[in-house]
Amino acid sequence: MDEMRHVTLTVNGEPVSRPVPVRLSLVDFLRGDLGLTGTHVGCEHGVCGACTVRLDGRIVRGCLMLAVQADGAAVETIEGVSDSGEINGLQDEFRNRNALQCGFCTPGILLTANELIRQGRVLTREDVREHLSGNVCRCTGYQAIVDAVMAAASRGSTP
Amino acid sequence: MKAPAFHYERPSSRAEAFALLAQHGDEARVLAGGQSLMPILNMRLASPAVLVDINAIDNLAGISVAGDVLTVGAMTRHYQVAESAEIARHLPLIAEAMRHVAHAAIRNRGTFGGNLAMADPASEMPACCIALDAVMVIESAKGPRKLAAEQFFRGIFETALEPDELLVAVEFPIGQPGWRHGFMEFARRQGDYAIVGSAARFLVKQRRVADCRLVFFGVGDRPIRVQAAERTLCGPPPFAEAAATASAALAAELPEFADSLATAEMRHHLARVLFGRIITPFTADLD
Ligand SMILES: Cc1cc2nc3c(=O)[nH]c(=O)nc-3n(C[C@H](O)[C@H](O)[C@H](O)COP(=O)(O)OP(=O)(O)OC[C@H]3O[C@@H](n4cnc5c(N)ncnc54)[C@H](O)[C@@H]3O)c2cc1C
Ligand code: FES
Ligand code: FES
Repeated sequence: MDEMRHVTLTVNGEPVSRPVPVRLSLVDFLRGDLGLTGTHVGCEHGVCGACTVRLDGRIVRGCLMLAVQADGAAVETIEGVSDSGEINGLQDEFRNRNALQCGFCTPGILLTANELIRQGRVLTREDVREHLSGNVCRCTGYQAIVDAVMAAASRGSTP
Repeated sequence: MKAPAFHYERPSSRAEAFALLAQHGDEARVLAGGQSLMPILNMRLASPAVLVDINAIDNLAGISVAGDVLTVGAMTRHYQVAESAEIARHLPLIAEAMRHVAHAAIRNRGTFGGNLAMADPASEMPACCIALDAVMVIESAKGPRKLAAEQFFRGIFETALEPDELLVAVEFPIGQPGWRHGFMEFARRQGDYAIVGSAARFLVKQRRVADCRLVFFGVGDRPIRVQAAERTLCGPPPFAEAAATASAALAAELPEFADSLATAEMRHHLARVLFGRIITPFTADLD
């Protein structure tokens, strides 16, 4: 029997309170227990970025955190930032520029790019590549992703 | 894969953490940012019986300056170090090197102390701590002790920490005018661990190099200080000559370290190239 522990947190603004196995990762909790399958699971050891979520306002790897460690935290997923309209502009540019194909990497890349754009700096392509360096995309070859992030940034993003 | 089963503890004070570590010994593993430990657990390279999560302990994070010492708490996240005005001002070497540590999402969670306790031989911060002559502050139920960074790193993933001890902070000497630094690394991709890297600090007084620390990482089982080269570099100008002598003798001081990324010969070559890139602007300035 797995050891369990009770957690209380908010997910996309909604309060959640329930027991979880202590060894369960945050991303498996979001997907399996809460049905938020927009966050993906790729490598499970931190290298692909598919599992990216926001924890208390900063992006983290959902596979490198335990669900119990999110006790008391505010977690936001791709579903939350899509529904709130926060990343509408970025999503439009991804669509316009074919910056996604299979879409496996896309939720993680959107959250990561959004964090960069929200810093409000004037961005170079190099800045975008650096900030996205921890997100792997096996389809696009990245050029279109960088194009889309640059375009979204220059419209003063995001909505 | 998924992490194996373990017993989870989240102490809220240092005393509680020390008691847990003393009780469980090497059955327990400290969980800080988890950015190295969670991959290890998920890949089942280790299966500790107990995880002691130190994220809920107060007063383990933060950057402070008192007199000639800057202290970085063990639980200070990488991004906090990268964004710190105190670090940028007093320890520009750390500020520069931190940009090479992992990726944004990992820097948001990974901790300064966890990175040093992990002691990856290709990691940037251990080399910087040695170059900056840092002091590791270690504590257990038995009390605190201090250790020079150079004595702390013992081998691949190996440090001087005992199973019942926590690294609680790192102290850096600051405040001496005339310090200059250099940092270079060669990696295949932004944010990857270095294949070879180097961190250096020079103390310049009246156009003499009065003191110098030159450290390479990714070249052996721990950061390697090249003391013969350091001695060669100390002294009056012209530095270009000293630099050429130091460069030619560099490989003799480095171990033979090979893996799937590079042969020992390639690493020695890269070390010379990076040394050249660090020293050239410096000699151009001083000569
Ligand atoms: C994809 C990826 C790329 C990365 N690239 C780099 C890189 O280029 N350079 C680099 O340096 N790092 C890199 N890292 C590692 C990252 O910097 C980690 O955050 C760091 O090495 C470990 O810090 P942590 O706080 O996450 O520690 P944890 O993973 O929580 O712990 C690491 C180890 O240290 C022990 N420990 C932690 N804190 C303490 C303490 N205070 N006292 C005693 N023991 C302690 C733990 O028990 C464990 O054994 C990368 C990680 C990933 C996933
Ligand atoms: S699944 Fe988390 S980084 Fe790949
Ligand atoms: S769109 Fe397929 S992995 Fe990026």
